[in-house]
Amino acid sequence: MTGTVATAGTLRILYFAWLRERVGTSEETVALPATVTTVGELMAWLQTRGPGHAAAFAAGGTVRCAVNQDFAHADAAVRPGDEVAFFPPVTGG
Amino acid sequence: MAGIRVQAEDFDVGAEIAALTAGRVDIGGIGCFVGTVRDHGAGRRITAMTLEHYPGMTEQAMARIAAEAEARWPLQGCTLIHRVGRLEPGANIVLVLTASPHRHAALDATAFLIDWLKTKAPFWKKECFADGSEAWVDAREADDQAAARWAATAP
Repeated sequence: MTGTVATAGTLRILYFAWLRERVGTSEETVALPATVTTVGELMAWLQTRGPGHAAAFAAGGTVRCAVNQDFAHADAAVRPGDEVAFFPPVTGG
Repeated sequence: MAGIRVQAEDFDVGAEIAALTAGRVDIGGIGCFVGTVRDHGAGRRITAMTLEHYPGMTEQAMARIAAEAEARWPLQGCTLIHRVGRLEPGANIVLVLTASPHRHAALDATAFLIDWLKTKAPFWKKECFADGSEAWVDAREADDQAAARWAATAP
């Protein structure tokens, strides 16, 4: 993977499948606002970043999350330096 | 120790079985599941399928699933290969192999591994249809139910 290393105060965010298509990028590094401490809060904040983000997180699609490559729920903590990924329910096999 | 690979290239089922059993005379049976690309879905003709994954997390998730199978059944070896990228109808997608002294362990572990791979490993499928349109495959409740049945039956 192309490595954008998240530095202190920033978060590396990855998008897969239709979330990647709606946001318009597979990866971004964002400065984490102090008010954002959970996955749920991060999703609410990301929605305000632009129309692509708003479409990706809008109601009507189930969004799953992983924090540091482990499946995580909306109440999971996010901290500066974390890698957070958003994607639809998995459909491999 | 499971052999785990995520790759664009095809795999050779016979060669993978030979590699799993090479030099061993204590194996009683090999369980095998090969998933392949169908040319139809929901009444529409499918011309290709594209598989995306989460590099790093995918391999970790597959290793965890294999470790769970090894904890539940007396396996002597196990191979999990999942392809990514663009695949056409008839192509191999996924291979699950298990080796065990006894057939029930090999067959049950194989079913468990493919059920959990489908629901717990970060892969996503997009179908391309004959008219040129594309659509991401929705997760199926039947797959969740198939995976859930193993939660209650740890041997």
